[in-house]
Amino acid sequence: MSDPTLLSIRNVGKHFGGLHVLQDVSFEVPAGSIYGLIGPNGAGKTTVFNLVTGLLEPSNGTIEFMGNSLVGLPPQRITHRGIARTFQNIRIFKEMSLLENVMVGMHDHLNYSPAAIFFNTGACRSAEKRARERAFELLSWVGLEHKSDMLADNLSYGDQRKLEFARALATEPKLLLLDEPVAGMNPSEKTILMEEIRNIRDRGYGVFMIEHDMRFVMGLCDRIAVLNFGRIIAEGTPDEVRNNPDVIEAYLGKEDEA
Amino acid sequence: MLEQQLLNALTLGSVYALFALGFTLVFGVLAVINLSHGAVFMVGSYAALALVTHFDAPLWLAILGAMLISGTIGLLVDVLILKPLRARNAPHLIPMIATIGVGIMLTSAAQGMFGAEVLRFPEETLPAGEFIVGNVHVRALELAIVAIAFILMAVLFTLIKRTQLGRALRAIAESPKAAWLLGINVEGLFHVTSFVAAALGGVAGVLIGLDFNAITPQMGQPILHKGIAVIILGGMGDIRGALIGGLFLGFAEVISKAYLSSQMGDAVAFGLLFLILLVRPSGLFGRKLERKA
Repeated sequence: MSDPTLLSIRNVGKHFGGLHVLQDVSFEVPAGSIYGLIGPNGAGKTTVFNLVTGLLEPSNGTIEFMGNSLVGLPPQRITHRGIARTFQNIRIFKEMSLLENVMVGMHDHLNYSPAAIFFNTGACRSAEKRARERAFELLSWVGLEHKSDMLADNLSYGDQRKLEFARALATEPKLLLLDEPVAGMNPSEKTILMEEIRNIRDRGYGVFMIEHDMRFVMGLCDRIAVLNFGRIIAEGTPDEVRNNPDVIEAYLGKEDEA
Repeated sequence: MLEQQLLNALTLGSVYALFALGFTLVFGVLAVINLSHGAVFMVGSYAALALVTHFDAPLWLAILGAMLISGTIGLLVDVLILKPLRARNAPHLIPMIATIGVGIMLTSAAQGMFGAEVLRFPEETLPAGEFIVGNVHVRALELAIVAIAFILMAVLFTLIKRTQLGRALRAIAESPKAAWLLGINVEGLFHVTSFVAAALGGVAGVLIGLDFNAITPQMGQPILHKGIAVIILGGMGDIRGALIGGLFLGFAEVISKAYLSSQMGDAVAFGLLFLILLVRPSGLFGRKLERKA
């Protein structure tokens, strides 16, 4: 694989007071592939996401995106650099239509002056029109175009997930972070979503996800890192990870929940 | 007689709605009950009066100036007080208490600068026209008040419903964190919201000052209580609810004063409000109040 590195995490540690949540974590997420971060509950996976998206700052170590440090940047600047994320507990805007949800994600690219709307300037009308078309296109990518005017609150769980994907893609990211994308889904929804994530990768996005569901991760990811008690204990292809004795002991050995 | 009262009610109600709109906007977007909104309303009134009497500004310019001044106060409150509290993750009550303090400071400052007595706009600065439609005396002033209130509300509704700024504000109202991670400058929009809300409150102050032609340092207090009632009635954070709630309170107050008891007007209006809330505890357009941090 000659794909360049998108995200590079080196020797990252995070502690809250005396509690070490992450220690010496290093791995690299390449472009054009699906990268999985797995580990038992409380291993520190979501903390990694919060560090990458700027909700938290690392206590030490470096986080670089396409060669530039992200440490210290606020979330909206990191989004601007090209990282988008979805949430474990879905956070769509329930009182807005699907189309509007996606358009919120275009904020960086839709910055006409609010005064312009009242003078109905051509620039503003065409910006709105283009955004609307793009939002519609993203909705059709995830198969929700026929529901574009519906309130997001009325969507099924699986569709809410898809809407969150479309909204995240609206920020025009290069890397998409998915926080437990199949949490709470039934098997057929999972299969559909797996296909959706592959599609996203095949369109050239990098995908980096946290997931509990081992079968889902093993079937989907190109590479996997395993986090246990705040440390990376294994990294490699799904086959390498599956056969790693440390992983079997730490994670697969007591896997009966998934 | 009834038609006359309906006109009075519309005038009063549209100003209540304008006041409540800014109030509910701040609650919706910042999740703060800003109890300095009444004082900002009062400041708007004095600002317009000062511009008219000391600088001979025409009324329309004085209204614009009052918007700017009260908006700036709202912005300063957000930057100097609410922002540091947000940064420290202060629990909900703290910013509310802080804004009570701001209200007291502004009221005292107005009293120090302008005295405690009732001040009035000079007669010649008010639009003088008056005409009769059917059996209703319509003052040009009342028409202007209703027009200004409704134009400003229409502008706000258009902004919120139709523009990217509005979509971003609605997104923040539902989940600031999700909005932040979608590239929205949440802090910046908190400032914008605070400015706009206070500017609307200030205009409402000018309009009430003109309608009753009486300006006092304490005038923000009763309207603050009414504003709270209106946004609870309309559903906290709902701008459509603030509009309808404001008009409702205006009508309830004027009609009960005219036909029931002039002393008990407020009591009847608030009693009615209480009854509605018994039936619909989360307000006319209320939803279950849930908010993800």
